[in-house]
Amino acid sequence: MSTTIKFDNIVKKYDDNVVIPKLSLEIEKGEFFTLLGPSGCGKTTLLRMVAGFNSIEDGEISFNGKVINDIPAHKRNIGMVFQNYAIFPHMTVYENVEYGLKLRKLGKEEMKKRLDDILKVVKIEQYKDRLPDKLSGGQQQRVALARAIVIHPTVLLMDEPLSNLDAKLRVEMRTAIRDIQKKVGITTIYVTHDQEEALAVSDRIAIMNQGVIQQIGTPKEIYTRPVNTFVATFIGHSNLFEGKVTVDNEGTAVVFPGGYKLPMTNLSSRVKDKENVVISVRPEEFALSKNGKGIKGKVHFSTFLGRYVNYEVELENGQIIEVSQESSDHEHIYNTGDRVTLEVDAKRINVFNELGVESLINGVNKYES
Amino acid sequence: MKAKSRKKFKLDFWTSISILCFLVFVVFLIYPMFTLFVQSFKDVENGTFTLKNFAQFFSKKYYYQTLINSFVVTILVTILAILIGAPLAYIMSTSKIRFKSLVEVLIILSVLSPPFIGAYSWILLLGRNGVVTKFLSNTFGFQVPSIYGFTGILLVFTLKLFPYIYMYVSGALKKMDASLGEAAESLGCNGIRKVATIILPLITPTILAGSLLVFMNCLADFGTPMLIGEGYRTMPVLIYSEFISEVGGQANFAAALSVLMILITSVIFIGQKYVVNKKSYVMSSLKPIQPKKLKGYKNVLAHLYVYVVVGLAIIPQATVIYTSFLKTRGSMFVREFSLNSYKTVLNKLGSSIANTYTYGIIAIFIIVLLGMFISYVSVRKKNMFTSLLDTITMFPYIIPGSVLGITLLLAFNKKPLAIAGTFAIIVVVYVIRRLPYTIRSSAAILYQLSPSVEEASISLGYSPMKTFFKVTAVMMLPGVLSGAILSWITVINELSASVILYTGKTRTMSVAIYTEVIRASYGTAAALSTILTATTIISLLIFFKLSGKKEISL
Repeated sequence: MSTTIKFDNIVKKYDDNVVIPKLSLEIEKGEFFTLLGPSGCGKTTLLRMVAGFNSIEDGEISFNGKVINDIPAHKRNIGMVFQNYAIFPHMTVYENVEYGLKLRKLGKEEMKKRLDDILKVVKIEQYKDRLPDKLSGGQQQRVALARAIVIHPTVLLMDEPLSNLDAKLRVEMRTAIRDIQKKVGITTIYVTHDQEEALAVSDRIAIMNQGVIQQIGTPKEIYTRPVNTFVATFIGHSNLFEGKVTVDNEGTAVVFPGGYKLPMTNLSSRVKDKENVVISVRPEEFALSKNGKGIKGKVHFSTFLGRYVNYEVELENGQIIEVSQESSDHEHIYNTGDRVTLEVDAKRINVFNELGVESLINGVNKYES
Repeated sequence: MKAKSRKKFKLDFWTSISILCFLVFVVFLIYPMFTLFVQSFKDVENGTFTLKNFAQFFSKKYYYQTLINSFVVTILVTILAILIGAPLAYIMSTSKIRFKSLVEVLIILSVLSPPFIGAYSWILLLGRNGVVTKFLSNTFGFQVPSIYGFTGILLVFTLKLFPYIYMYVSGALKKMDASLGEAAESLGCNGIRKVATIILPLITPTILAGSLLVFMNCLADFGTPMLIGEGYRTMPVLIYSEFISEVGGQANFAAALSVLMILITSVIFIGQKYVVNKKSYVMSSLKPIQPKKLKGYKNVLAHLYVYVVVGLAIIPQATVIYTSFLKTRGSMFVREFSLNSYKTVLNKLGSSIANTYTYGIIAIFIIVLLGMFISYVSVRKKNMFTSLLDTITMFPYIIPGSVLGITLLLAFNKKPLAIAGTFAIIVVVYVIRRLPYTIRSSAAILYQLSPSVEEASISLGYSPMKTFFKVTAVMMLPGVLSGAILSWITVINELSASVILYTGKTRTMSVAIYTEVIRASYGTAAALSTILTATTIISLLIFFKLSGKKEISL
């Protein structure tokens, strides 16, 4: 029952306003694939095109090589989970889950078995005779999930399914969703604007902005090797510095504002001497010390968070950057006003061209659709 | 690109439904109005194009005076209704009044009965042989000034229509946050100043909307001036009598009058929309105004005002119910209780009761179906076509009932659709006139339902049509039914169109009451009215139960 989904030069327009220009993408069998991006980036639009609720202006979407453009929504055999759950308020939990199965010609036994199984899997057995208004948000979402999966859909689509839940439940439910998806083995497209959620559940993530896919990769790839500054700052926090590249007989290095020179071994051979670049450093890629080598600054503000201490450090040029240190490998905690130096871990940082649209790290390529 | 070929027009379920609903309105509203329009420009004798019919109206004072009369009455009634209704709403919302719920129900009841019942019971009370007239002249030698003519029309209309203003204004006051008034008070602004500077400006758009309703009802009603106006003729009376007197004729003059009437109401309607759109405020009250208990003379005055006004408004109904149980001798009531009037009604006019229920139920069935479909396509499948459909369905709001009656009669008294004289035409007029209530309330509930519930059903494999009946319709039902009951109440009380369309066989209750009053069979009229009122009250109670509200909005 696993399916590959292929998007081939998909275009979405509202009147003359192009929302998604030519987008191509392939999702593999059984994959948990997440569309992540800021609101208005076109991720929900794309999902609804798969579901059949939005028209496709150009290009093709296919399941296992079969083009689905002209198949009406109700014949696509899709399981969909909505942001507001969309539980039928006039039916009990059991009736809700049973609703889609009734259309599929199944024997009584088979139907009952499937229903009982799924209720067990999503852990809502004990509520099966309740009406939805007697359920909590998390329970309603479990019903929605059961209702979508029980019909053995070709693909499972989830549109921000957790955004209406409170923080604790969100974490609990995302683990549950991930478990159930792996158990059932169904190809899933998941839409969210919450990066932590995306990192936690996905096999692969596509980062979208203004209708265009910026990068596709595993959570680790995307976090550690973003392809441009948009991805670098959208996923996690990145401090951006306007720096320069130097290429001389000592090798290649990047120079931070203020003159701190950091030798690099993984820059692409395309870089030229004196080229302006954007250097992107995550808060945990700094090492803070009293008077070491590195970028000089002054602690502007510090926040103790238990495992971590977060600092805002003001550099000599007035730029304020974010630094995060594990509290355990630190003898003492710096206070506001302390002068510090910041060393940078050359292996982990990212360097982009001047416009921030292209990574200069070896082997990190732009997504070409 | 091969994608181009996919853009071809597909006839899915909702497109077919939209087209079907549109066709219904083309056949039963657009086409008749077009016919009316054409007729109004035709020469009576030779059928050529002419402006003679319009010229005739403006050349004789006998004719155009009716228009002036209509305007004088309507404007005065609207002003009086505001002057009575707005303070009533203010008092009821801000101060504690004993028996408030009863008062509210009585107000709604007085608004739902046909206006001519008011005219006729005021005649019973204050007419030439009226009970009060006789009592005053016999005991005190006091001669009550004549109720007939201008004064009577004014009295009946004002008492009949001020509840609209009351209902609109109380609705607006409910939405007003108490903190607005408190803010004014904290700034040193109190009493009359507060009302004048804060509350009045905020409810002005509402008052305007209510006034429009009063204005339209007053301008369009023909029963009241017909019964009590005597020599004081208004436009609808002229249209009716011109039309009726032209039996078998082409009715071109009446058509011209109707076109004029529609023109006038459209201008007023559009003008009012323009003003209200420019001046409306979005209000949401977290903390609604709480009624306070007034002290001393203020409390007495407030109660006195509420009771007197509501008392006057409900007198017609009370009179009718009381007299229905009296014995009659000719057109006079005798001081003795009996059920004779009811017996006569059942023997002679039983068919009118059956007709009202049969036609009403058929009409409501169609109204519910069309109302759900039209509201669905105009909310969920918004495009130019469905917006047009939505606008067309609202036309009947501005077409006076008698004009609509004439319009349909002119269009359907010949082939291919010769339904004039049958019950079908009455059902059609009911549906066309009263559908808007159901469309409005269905649309309102649809806006509250998330489209994703329907999408869930579709993604589970149910076609759009099955989804509508299994999910959407079920969830819409409470809203649809409360609208349908309003449609039903106004259907069974409908007079101005059905009085033009009825035949001996298709007479309905309200028509029968009207003809009985004209014939001075006041006893049977009273008994029939009481049956009608009872039906209305029961329907109203069901409405309250279903909607969980204690108010209605028209």
